[in-house]
Amino acid sequence: MSAAPQDAAGGGTLAGYNFAYLDEDTKRMIRRALLKAVAIPGHQVPFGSREMPLPYGWGTGGIQVTASVIGPDDTLKVIDQGADDTTNAVSIRRFFGRVAGVATTERTAEATVIQTRHRIPETPLREGQILVYQVPMPEPLFRLEPRVAETRRLHALGDYGLMHVKLYEDIARRGEVTISYNYPVMVNGRYLMSPSPIPAFDNPKMDRMPALQLFGAGREKRIYAVPPYTAVRSLDFEDHPFRPNRADAACALCGSRDSYLDEVVTDDRGGRRFLCSDTDYCERRRAEQ
Amino acid sequence: MAYVAVKGGEQAIGNAHAWLDEARRGDAALPAVSVRQIEEQLSLAVDRVMAEGACHDRSLAALAIKQARGDLIEAAFLLRAYRTTLPRFGASLPLDTGAMRVRRRVSATYKDLPGGQVLGPTFDYTHRLLEFALAADEGEPPVPAPEVPADGATAPRVTGLLAQEGLMADEPPSDAEPGDLTREPLEIPADRPLRLQALARGDEGFLLGLGYSTQRGYGNAHPFVGELRMGEVAVEIAPPELGFAVEIGDILVTECQMVNQFAGSRHEPPQFTRGYGLVFGQGERKAMAMALVDRALRSAELGEETGAPAQDAEFVLYHCDNVEATGFVEHLKLPHYVDFQSELEKLRSLRAAVAAGAEREAAE
Repeated sequence: MSAAPQDAAGGGTLAGYNFAYLDEDTKRMIRRALLKAVAIPGHQVPFGSREMPLPYGWGTGGIQVTASVIGPDDTLKVIDQGADDTTNAVSIRRFFGRVAGVATTERTAEATVIQTRHRIPETPLREGQILVYQVPMPEPLFRLEPRVAETRRLHALGDYGLMHVKLYEDIARRGEVTISYNYPVMVNGRYLMSPSPIPAFDNPKMDRMPALQLFGAGREKRIYAVPPYTAVRSLDFEDHPFRPNRADAACALCGSRDSYLDEVVTDDRGGRRFLCSDTDYCERRRAEQ
Repeated sequence: MAYVAVKGGEQAIGNAHAWLDEARRGDAALPAVSVRQIEEQLSLAVDRVMAEGACHDRSLAALAIKQARGDLIEAAFLLRAYRTTLPRFGASLPLDTGAMRVRRRVSATYKDLPGGQVLGPTFDYTHRLLEFALAADEGEPPVPAPEVPADGATAPRVTGLLAQEGLMADEPPSDAEPGDLTREPLEIPADRPLRLQALARGDEGFLLGLGYSTQRGYGNAHPFVGELRMGEVAVEIAPPELGFAVEIGDILVTECQMVNQFAGSRHEPPQFTRGYGLVFGQGERKAMAMALVDRALRSAELGEETGAPAQDAEFVLYHCDNVEATGFVEHLKLPHYVDFQSELEKLRSLRAAVAAGAEREAAE
């Protein structure tokens, strides 16, 4: 252990702090966890999550993963709820601007690293890009079994009966699965995984995605990953196939009928408008029109 | 012997109090912190003491903090002990938080909505990097934040917007005067007004832990912050001899309306239900935790699965009061000589019986 600062990048960063905030030993520890996570797709790897200068719940896991994989030549995009202009996305982008001095962008196609909370961009990702998810509860079974020691055992045994029964009971009682976001997925046919609280609408984008998907849960101290082109299947039954939903409307700005929409309340008399949640996608479409 | 012990005790207490006064003052070469300074510069501590002390008076809360050396539970205790001596004139009319002069108002469920999102003075998006410049005493006062003139638009409550569509479970209003925990002892089962009253006075840390547990699977919450708002509201009372309402002042409050999924029952369709939090001053963490626990405590009446700690009304309501809790936990340091003596004797006699039995067995 050397006490000397190991400034990986030199200029452009905050005085007194290493490039991208974390010290290089911490980054190495996180990268090792990431390598293990990539080697065992969907498996939750415990890691020595650090205290970050943003609160737990704001994306400390995603920030640590981003800080560990980002280099001075990367271009970072940060979205929250699909949008670059949401307060938390602005804050995290500023944080990396401040501690890493990297280039940032709002364009999905231009980014090499995209940190996200609750969405997958509408624009398909390509090889070489990394999508970093902020994860609040990495354990997909936690609502059914809150004890971590027990869920670890269930994962080891591949025993996912609890979740299948939950889905079955939903269908038996309500006629459909009642999960609308954070919809559980089976990764590479082996591990049940939380896709993070993205709308179920986004789940199919995870399947065989050319980009690397990394998941960081800071408070719960877990990292997991889906390597490029890995099979990701939303849990369902043959006679009740997975059915994601979105608002049955078109974007009021770009007219898209395919993108995920946010509902905006315009008055207190029931007025509503629908807008693309992915602001970059919406702007690109409007620019093309 | 007993005489000496009592006199010694009196002197010891006097000396301890003198030492406490000295310790509170700290280094006498430094200027004393004034109650006004605490009120202005430690305003969130003042808010917390008002909430847990169940008494809205900023200067008294600041005094309590000064007297308690910054121990906020001790300060809440001081304030409660004062509060209990005040006469009770009656109950106010329900606060109209919809008419709040909003300083902060955020919704996590709608990107935009009438009245807009107003961040206000929040730590939320600060980077937690120590600002060493603040350590220098006589720093320049900060540049005033830019002000945007109020557009006069009202900010209707999000739960009301959902209710218009029938998506929010109906909670019929009631004109009944709510119970008063400070005058009548808590009885279980407690109705919701009483539960909310207990939670509003409850310990922030305890409620925070319980609320957190519902998010981690111990109680299965599916919460969304429909809305969080902080600002001034008018307090009105309607004295019976007047027959109409009069405004007696404005108070700063934080309100959290947590929107939760409800799967429905035999009598009700699937809909959203509300968890509610309201605290004096700017107390967002407390208001949110309170709203989570309020909703968890409704699980039995909604026919949901129960069994998690946060869903157990008796457990939560009997243990959330930090003045009660700190009293009983800390009382363990009081003398228990007599009881302990009887325990000693009992233990010796039990051990003697065991030893006698062993000897008998060995002899046989």
